[in-house]
Parts: sequence; structure tokens; C-alpha cells
Amino acid sequence: MMNKDQSPINIMLADDDEDDRNFFNDAMKELKIKNNLTLFKDGKDLMDYLEHPDTVLPHILFLDLNMPCKTGNECLKEIRSNPKFKDISIAIYSTSSSEKDIEDTFIDGANIYIKKPNDFSKLKKVLKEVVNLNWQFHTSGLNKDTFFFSI
Amino acid sequence: MKLYIKYDINLACRVILQEQLEKFNVKYQLLDLGEIDFKENLSDETYKNLQEGLAKYGIELLDNQKSQLIQKIKDTIIEMVYEKDKLPTSTISSYLADKLNLSYGYISNIFSENTYTSIENYIIMQKIERAKKLIIEEGLTLTEVSYKLNYSSVAHLSGQFKKTTGLTPSMFKRIVDKRRGIAKE
Repeated sequence: MMNKDQSPINIMLADDDEDDRNFFNDAMKELKIKNNLTLFKDGKDLMDYLEHPDTVLPHILFLDLNMPCKTGNECLKEIRSNPKFKDISIAIYSTSSSEKDIEDTFIDGANIYIKKPNDFSKLKKVLKEVVNLNWQFHTSGLNKDTFFFSI
Repeated sequence: MKLYIKYDINLACRVILQEQLEKFNVKYQLLDLGEIDFKENLSDETYKNLQEGLAKYGIELLDNQKSQLIQKIKDTIIEMVYEKDKLPTSTISSYLADKLNLSYGYISNIFSENTYTSIENYIIMQKIERAKKLIIEEGLTLTEVSYKLNYSSVAHLSGQFKKTTGLTPSMFKRIVDKRRGIAKE
């Protein structure tokens, strides 16, 4: 009964590394699904923007774990403690591949965990897959509370 | 105090639809798979009012033929996964083709073009989604879940679960339990 196939997906990214941000931007341009991307260079800018009443909330938010000032983890916990943001899917990307770190990240409220691959083209593929999957969930009205994806 | 709920979304939608439609004093019949059969044509104003009334529940009226077909395919798949206790495995394509009265090639092309995923992937996604519900809401064992969803073995279910989510079913359950504070340390 719900069909939102035509509206674009709103994506946000917070990453302090400029190359990573540009790279992400390129990857999203190649995505078949229409999307709007907003980039932030740190967690504080991100949270300020999200808290603003006029902001159109993203469908999916990518957080780099290692950011100065406010870490990805701090952003994650802050976002998950605010019911206003409950429909946002959060994707964490990190260099850690420890099962405990992955599990803790999900327990803290992330939906997606991405182990940063070394290869840029692999990362591009992963990012596109994640956005597509999230969009599938969104357009089919599936349960975000049990939406987990680890790659 | 926290309460956990389980809901039947189809039932909820039907009730909402009925409540909204009652307001307009039109003759209608609610059919299966998201179809409302109106016995008379709706005026533009009624259509618009109905649309607005339903919009706040996240219910959309589909007036585009392609969207209607896509939705029908999705609904048929969901029905297959949820309401039949045993899924047809080798005959999914003929089941869909028969049910929708169109060639499978056509159905699968339209589906892929518009949803950016294949019917096969969509079926797996829905099966795993149901597996999650069975594990969490009904506390079924993996053996019971694999039987209900017509997997040839627990290994097959776990394999597909891990491939689709990146997590094993037990890791999944552990995460959900911990999130709900029912930690088993």
C-alpha cells in the first residue's frame, strides 16, 4: 500500500577527511537511484544541522567513527536518544573488524556497519549497495528496528 | 515501563481504509492485495479528500499503472512468504505469472527497472524479514524457522541470513536482546 518509488533518497555524510568526502560524492553520483547528498566535515556541524527545525531529515546517514571534536560514536548515541530521528538509518564506517566492535555498534543503535575496504572501487561498490538496500527497506515499509547490515 | 507490541499491519490498514471511506458515503469493496473496488466513479473532490485523509497514515493511492503492477508483485510475494505455510520453491516464476496473468519475463523486467532490485532478491529480503520476526516475536528456534520458510536446512537458512544481513541469526538475536536490555552476560 505504500509506494515511494519516485522520490529521491536523502543521504548525509559526516567525515573529517576531504578526500573521503569527495570520493563519497562521486560514488553517489553514479547511483541509479535519485539522491540528494549533504556533506559535513565534523560531528558538531552535523548535529547542529540535524537539530535545526527546518532541516529535511536524511533517510540514511553515514558516520565516520574517527572524527575530532565529536566522534561518530558520540553522534550515534546522541541521535539514537532523540525520538525525532528514529526513522534515520545510520551507517557507521570504521576500520575495525572486531566482532565485538561490530556488535557494540549495532547495540548502540547503528543499522549498518561498514568495514572500510582498502580498495576504493570496493568501497564505492559497498556504498552503493548500502544505499540501495536501505532504499529497498524504506520503499517496502520494512522494520527499521531490526534492520541490520554488516559488510 | 516498556511494552513491546506486535502488530498486524494489514489489519490496521484495512481498518484505517474502512474508517476513511465511511466518511464519503460511497459504495466500495475492499479486495485483497491493496485493491479497493468502487461501485461508482469518484468525483475529483472526493478523490482528493480521500487522498488527503489517507496521506497522514502513510497510505497512498496509486494512480499510475506501473506503480500498481509493482505493488501487486510485492504484495503477491509478501502473501507468498507470510500466508502460505510452505512457499513454492521451484515454481515462483510460474506462480507469479499465473497470479498476475502476465509473462514472467515482463514482470521481472518491470520490477527490476523500477525497484532497482530483482524479484529473486526481493523474495529473499522478505523471507529474511519474516525469519527475523519469527525469531524475535515468536521465539522460534532456527529449525522451526527454516521449516516454516521452506529452507532445506538450518545451514541453508543461516547461510542466507548471513549473506543478506552480514550477521548470523544468533548474533542478530543477541543484538536485539541487548538493545532491549535483556542482556544475557
